[in-house]
Amino acid sequence: MKRVVITGQGTINALGTNVPQTLEAMREGKCGIGPLEIRDVDRLAIQIGGQVKGYDPDTEFNRQQIALYDRFTQFTLLAAREAIAQSGLSFMGDLAARSGVVLGNSGGGMNTLDDNYRTVYEEGKNRVHPFVVPKLMNNAAASHVSMEFNLKGPTFTVATACASSNHAMGQAFNLIRCGMAEVMITGGSEAMLCFGGVKAWEGLRVMSKDACRPFSANRNGMVQGEGAAIFVFEEYEHAKARGAEIIAEVIGFAMTSDAADIVMPSKQNAARTMTLAMKDARINPEKVGYINAHGTGTAANDKTECAAVADALGHHANDLMISSTKSMHGHLIGGTGAVELLACTMALKDGIVAPTIGYEEPDPECALDVVPNVAREAKIDVVLSNAFAFGGLNAVLALRRA
Amino acid sequence: MAESVKDQVIAIIAEQAVLEPGDVKMDSTLEDLGIDSLGLVESIFSIEEAFDISVPFNANEPEQSDFDISSVAAIIGAVEGLVAEQSGS
Repeated sequence: MKRVVITGQGTINALGTNVPQTLEAMREGKCGIGPLEIRDVDRLAIQIGGQVKGYDPDTEFNRQQIALYDRFTQFTLLAAREAIAQSGLSFMGDLAARSGVVLGNSGGGMNTLDDNYRTVYEEGKNRVHPFVVPKLMNNAAASHVSMEFNLKGPTFTVATACASSNHAMGQAFNLIRCGMAEVMITGGSEAMLCFGGVKAWEGLRVMSKDACRPFSANRNGMVQGEGAAIFVFEEYEHAKARGAEIIAEVIGFAMTSDAADIVMPSKQNAARTMTLAMKDARINPEKVGYINAHGTGTAANDKTECAAVADALGHHANDLMISSTKSMHGHLIGGTGAVELLACTMALKDGIVAPTIGYEEPDPECALDVVPNVAREAKIDVVLSNAFAFGGLNAVLALRRA
Repeated sequence: MAESVKDQVIAIIAEQAVLEPGDVKMDSTLEDLGIDSLGLVESIFSIEEAFDISVPFNANEPEQSDFDISSVAAIIGAVEGLVAEQSGS
């Protein structure tokens, strides 16, 4: 089987409009969560989020593009431009035919839906803009990336709620590993911070009104975020032959289903997925230095995840670091695993482990080294990145230092 | 004569538990009645809709909330309190 490496990464999220800004914020433990600035926010019970602030689409895209690009597509394209520029790749001829895009997107064009429902229901109009469908469809982002960069190989979107990005990156990894593609542009995005998007989450009563504090005994729920992160996954020999800078190597992936409950997580299956990812990567638990947790900050996830890590990693669970960067950028739902993979590549490449901020009180049910509040320097050889979605769908990636 | 708060709350809980209202006892817990976490948030939604009130409840910290869900009687008491507090505003 072929080896797969990462040769480019890009992002826009509440911590920054590119990778250097985001990594700096993660190193400094900055919080990107704050008051939401969206229409009708006064009618929401939850008024905070990890929103991308100070972003003006008109400076990045022209009028015709904005008519077709929902916010989630805009975020995707900005992150893809950064990632592909870093990789130094341009796609022509055979390489274009053997390169594709697979993205994790859960909500799709939520702002487009919200705006146009207002038009027809609230304002009572009987006409909407002609591009509503191509703008809101879940695969719009993947398609626009393929069009902008001439990617003509396997291109599709994966929607598995909070595991979408990890599932997408797992597909990208396997497509290259088995020889079906040479390069895959992968990751995910989400732009659900609109009235309808936040109101829907309020209904479940799992959201925090003040902060996301994963693993802290006083945690009181999740906080939504928005943005995108995109990576260039490339076949190792191809990257080596052209002298590309290798950021990290993707070495394993596993996905499972709990087949049990539509919202409650499963310790047994979370542990099984981590074990399968390590098996796929052919590594022992002792190799794992850092786990980027799913770490939503809900009562249910965090204790279940910690117990699952203890089961899957055994005694070594006490010797590794595990953190949730959702405390800083919020939960990007379909895009979250992609933004969190940046913390993984930072740990491998720069030797800096991003902290879990907002950590105030130890929880005996989360008794692992959660890197509270302050980033840490460490030489990390292998990382795992967890995603355990609603619907009981689990996806874990394993990466190694280049 | 409108139904009492007690009767309406019992009807909501009975529907969620798939029981006859007569089988919902005042000292029953939600667990006794087989209502899980999703059933609980759905019951709270039904209560908010029925009484036009807002129930302060976060599933992450049920014990911290002012809304006591320890038994059917406690829920009825809490709803009566919220109705008195939030009506006429």
